[in-house]
Amino acid sequence: MVIEKDIWTALEAVMDPEIPVLSVVDLGIITDVSMDGSRASVKMTPTFSGCPAIKLMEKQVHDAVKALGFEEVAVETNFDVQWNTDRISAKGKEIIKNFGLAPPPQHNGNIDMNQLAHTACPHCDSENTTMKSPFGPTLCRSLHYCFDCLQAFEAFKPI
Amino acid sequence: MQDNIKQPLQQFILQLADNLLVMGHRNSEWTGLGPIIEEDIAFASIAQDQVGQAWNLYQLLESEFGFAHPDQVAFTRNEKEFYSSHLVEQPTGEYDFSLARHYLYDLAQLIRYEMLSRSSYEPLAKLAKKFHGEVKYHVFHAQTWMKQLMDGNEVSKARMQSAVNDVFPFAMGVFESVDGEEALIAEGIFEGESALKDAWMQQVGAQLLEWGYSLPQLAQPVLGGGKGYHSEYLQPLLDEMGEVFRLDPSAEW
Repeated sequence: MVIEKDIWTALEAVMDPEIPVLSVVDLGIITDVSMDGSRASVKMTPTFSGCPAIKLMEKQVHDAVKALGFEEVAVETNFDVQWNTDRISAKGKEIIKNFGLAPPPQHNGNIDMNQLAHTACPHCDSENTTMKSPFGPTLCRSLHYCFDCLQAFEAFKPI
Repeated sequence: MQDNIKQPLQQFILQLADNLLVMGHRNSEWTGLGPIIEEDIAFASIAQDQVGQAWNLYQLLESEFGFAHPDQVAFTRNEKEFYSSHLVEQPTGEYDFSLARHYLYDLAQLIRYEMLSRSSYEPLAKLAKKFHGEVKYHVFHAQTWMKQLMDGNEVSKARMQSAVNDVFPFAMGVFESVDGEEALIAEGIFEGESALKDAWMQQVGAQLLEWGYSLPQLAQPVLGGGKGYHSEYLQPLLDEMGEVFRLDPSAEW
């Protein structure tokens, strides 16, 4: 007998294609999970409005839940809940750091752009850093440089 | 929804989306050509946000107002049916022009989304809240370079001042109200182009002066785009943008 918790567990195996060690659950884009007999429903919210991976993630979410034995799985993406980086779990932030990206700080709705200039280096934890550009290889990343370990690094920027 | 609200509301959303799509297309033209690689990436990323925002607005028009699929709406209309401003259709020009346009346009977008996030029309308010977080980074990026280049040498100062002067009348043309706007204001859907323009002028003025720019002469805004009247630059852009789609409009992507 499948219960709602099993759906969440299945979703923990669906990874963000751009950070393939971070699950959609830890990323915080799953906003609602429900089931009714042989039907399951999952709601998602995109990280960015121009996120090119959302269709792929919808399909992967659908397939992962379907594999639990549901006859019908409805996956819907909407903006009822607006994603922000505070929705990333503590475990997710740890994963992001181990992946080599500076994790986004908890901001509670107040993002101070000037603070980004001193984002802590994910390699040596120094705050003696500078931001080279607020835009990086994907929409969610910015480019930085650490003056202490002399490494360029990327950050998952706070949104 | 009553017709006297529905009409201006759908036109307002369409105009907003058209501006974003054309601006996004122009910004994407910097891909591979930026003066430094970080700027190449920045303009490409901003373009991606803008095309994404446009797509979500076209989708809102499809789901709530009975429009065709976003791809159809984006790629099959000609210039007469496009309601974007003259600002966004101007060629990218040199980097100074593109930067000044990016600053003036995105600051207006930031304030527009702030206003719309309070809109009584909830589907639009939700999108505006989302877009606002993205545009914060656009404005931050634009401000960094606007400031830095006015802090550079005589060449960079002169070029940036002249770019701001050139772009300004076009930028003022972004605030073109739709017919029946008063109904949107009365319903608490949008505070109006005139209120938006006042807030924008105040911020632009204060920021330009702080960075050492002279305020551009107040010229007549370049209007008409919102009514489907365009310069010679839009139709070639639309031809290029929709070229692949129109080869086979029914193709599955």
